[in-house]
Amino acid sequence: MSVKVMIPTPLRPHAGGKADAEFQAKTVAEALAHLTAQYADLRKHLFTDDGSLRSFINVYVNGEDIRYLAQENTPTKDGDTIKIIPSIAGGGAACPAKRHSVGKPLRS
Amino acid sequence: MAEPTTVSISTGLAERIRKHGAETYPHECCGALLGRDPDSGGGKRLREVLDCLPLANRREDSPNNRFSIAPLDVIEADRVAQARGIELIGWYHSHPDHPAKPSEYDRNHAWPWFSYIIVSVRAGVPEEMTSWRLNDDRSAYAQETVEIHSEATAQS
Repeated sequence: MSVKVMIPTPLRPHAGGKADAEFQAKTVAEALAHLTAQYADLRKHLFTDDGSLRSFINVYVNGEDIRYLAQENTPTKDGDTIKIIPSIAGGGAACPAKRHSVGKPLRS
Repeated sequence: MAEPTTVSISTGLAERIRKHGAETYPHECCGALLGRDPDSGGGKRLREVLDCLPLANRREDSPNNRFSIAPLDVIEADRVAQARGIELIGWYHSHPDHPAKPSEYDRNHAWPWFSYIIVSVRAGVPEEMTSWRLNDDRSAYAQETVEIHSEATAQS
């Protein structure tokens, strides 16, 4: 039962430069366990110290977010593709700024 | 691993990013940077931005000082890049009424390897544009050189 795990670009330096890896796995958890066993450096990027998947990591199986499936227990079958998708976020001001109404920029 | 990088972008693409920032003001804009990241073998790295993909800011609770890109938009940006035979090399966003310098929040949410272009928008007018890259060990968020070139010298 071969499952392909797609590794996002920022994590490839921790996976020998590989864009993907294939494992025999019956669940997402098994596939990620194989991945982090093969590339130990990936572990700290994907999991917290207590072994939970980091909040800024999204995992999709064949285009479906595992949060809406069975989380890491989501079953996988031969030919499935698991994508690890980084959350992209940021922002300017350190503290929440005063809300402006849309379409009415402040002008001095 | 994260040696000093120069990000090369055409005047046209830089203007599209600035314009996007002006359009969404006072909210933050965001989008993907598509291009090439040639491995220079340890020397000076020159990243080329060959296109940018405006994306929706999903932070509806605080869009004036935060941005978030939906995972499906990340997947779509990657798909578009692959279809064009180029790479997803980073992200851009605006800082309304805030300098084009990364906040602690930016640094905490950044990923290594990607370039993060920030454009400052003051009172609706786009100003300074900078680019930043997080070290692999997250120890520093280094500023990259932004090289803006005319369309005529753009490489495809």
